[in-house]
Amino acid sequence: MRVMVIVKATEDSEAGAMPTTELADAMTKFNEELVNAGVMLTGEGLRPSSQGKRVAFDGTGRTVIDGPFAETRELVAGFWLWEVKDMAEAVAWVKRCPNPMPGPSEIEIRPVGELSDFGDALTPEIIEREEKLRERLEQR
Amino acid sequence: MAASDTHQAIEAVFRIERARLIAGLARMVRSVDLAEELAQDALLIALAEWPETGVPNKPGAWLMAAAKRRAIDGIRRDKMRARKHAEIARQLDGDSDTTVEEIDAAMDDDVGDELLGLIFTACHPVISAEARAALTLRLIGGLTTDEIARAFLASEPAVAQRIVRAKKTIGNAGLAFEVPRGPERAARLASVLEVIYLIFNEGYAATAGEDLIRPSLCAEAQRLGRILAGLMPDEPEVLGLLALMEIQASRLSARTGPDGAFVSLTEQNRARWDQLLIRRGLAALARAEALRGADGSYALQAALAACHARTRRAEETDWPRIAALYDRLRQVMPSPVVDLNRAVAYSMAFGPEAGLRLVDEIADVAALRNYAPLPAARGDFLFRAGRLAEARAQFEAAAALTRNARERAFLLARAAACAS
Repeated sequence: MRVMVIVKATEDSEAGAMPTTELADAMTKFNEELVNAGVMLTGEGLRPSSQGKRVAFDGTGRTVIDGPFAETRELVAGFWLWEVKDMAEAVAWVKRCPNPMPGPSEIEIRPVGELSDFGDALTPEIIEREEKLRERLEQR
Repeated sequence: MAASDTHQAIEAVFRIERARLIAGLARMVRSVDLAEELAQDALLIALAEWPETGVPNKPGAWLMAAAKRRAIDGIRRDKMRARKHAEIARQLDGDSDTTVEEIDAAMDDDVGDELLGLIFTACHPVISAEARAALTLRLIGGLTTDEIARAFLASEPAVAQRIVRAKKTIGNAGLAFEVPRGPERAARLASVLEVIYLIFNEGYAATAGEDLIRPSLCAEAQRLGRILAGLMPDEPEVLGLLALMEIQASRLSARTGPDGAFVSLTEQNRARWDQLLIRRGLAALARAEALRGADGSYALQAALAACHARTRRAEETDWPRIAALYDRLRQVMPSPVVDLNRAVAYSMAFGPEAGLRLVDEIADVAALRNYAPLPAARGDFLFRAGRLAEARAQFEAAAALTRNARERAFLLARAAACAS
């Protein structure tokens, strides 16, 4: 299964603090382990939300909001995509990740959704429509 | 946390460590069997102790220390009958007072060498290709014998037997559990890649609705390929194979329609192709080519797959480039099947007559005598050339040869279309 592993932001990451050499070293080692175990698919670190933007939707209305955003602990500072056998394996890997932040921090693991998750609610007709739609989107 | 959750967590940690644990132990005790047994013992010790103490900081090194202690105990109980055992016991005793930290540092320095050694041993050409695949899935992938049997549509006793015999062969041959050097290395690496691709194809051949363990072989092979690429980042053919598997796997979900029917490459909804896997595949291919590996057989096959992966719409496919790649592929990997695919590419690039000319050259090859894709391809060329009666006969011949019911229905429909 594919999981997204989300590193949550802290005051430090939102302030744009760069990791210490020790942390960068430990993180590189952890990433190497992930690669050597065939687990890591991709991963990126994000710049602070002060450089981000949001678009709020309300009916037909669209409002652009400039960062930074207030709810620091809910923001995303970085992510990986991993291929693992199950959630237990993902948790075991996350536990051996060095603390990505100088202070307390949190990493969230979320399984990536698949069409089959919808079960019988998704009829072949709906799947086909969904696919046609995606095809049009892809062709821009 | 409930006891079962704790056990699940411990087993997840064990699964991560298992292959390296067995690899390190196998090199020490020179037996895959004993190494597997010791690793299992270490798991049982962890299941007894960790619920009290919590998972240790260095779980891999902890398990290794526990397995080593168990090995020494076992050998002492054996009263060191065999000389080999005495030798191993001395060696183990010598570092029995090493701390978990020291073991951890040693495992860190090793950078996967022992794991690579185990992969190369499990894939040694003295073992049959099928047994190599079973052993690799068992030792590196951590699959049970039952899972391997289901994946290969074989009986469990047959697979168990295959594994036992393979282990015995390794023991008798006195293999060193090391990555070979020098001229032997290339041949042995080819054997490793062959096994991984065999596992992948076994999964790729699975149809919708089959036991889920079969399609999961693709994921298993990709994982093996990624491990290998992580441990041998400068081997172009390792990257070529990884690229080939990533790109082929990107189409897995597009290969079957909502009713479970097979969908051919040109008919597939390309919006369903997994763009992450395509990106990873193209990146691996680019690295292989940068390492002067563009003419490796896996890299060339990956380049062919990449031609399709890069093309948003089937009708924009660069067939002349594909035909040229097949020209190169048949140089490094001569095979009637490659020649047949080349004929198809030529027919798409230069017209049906070009395809017919090439397919006539291989019509008498024994390996293709009962091969349904040959008359199916010729039928398609004839159909496009407007020679409908001849086309119909070819489609009917192909339908009689195929064992796949859906494919037969498809070919008969094409035969019927020739009548109108």
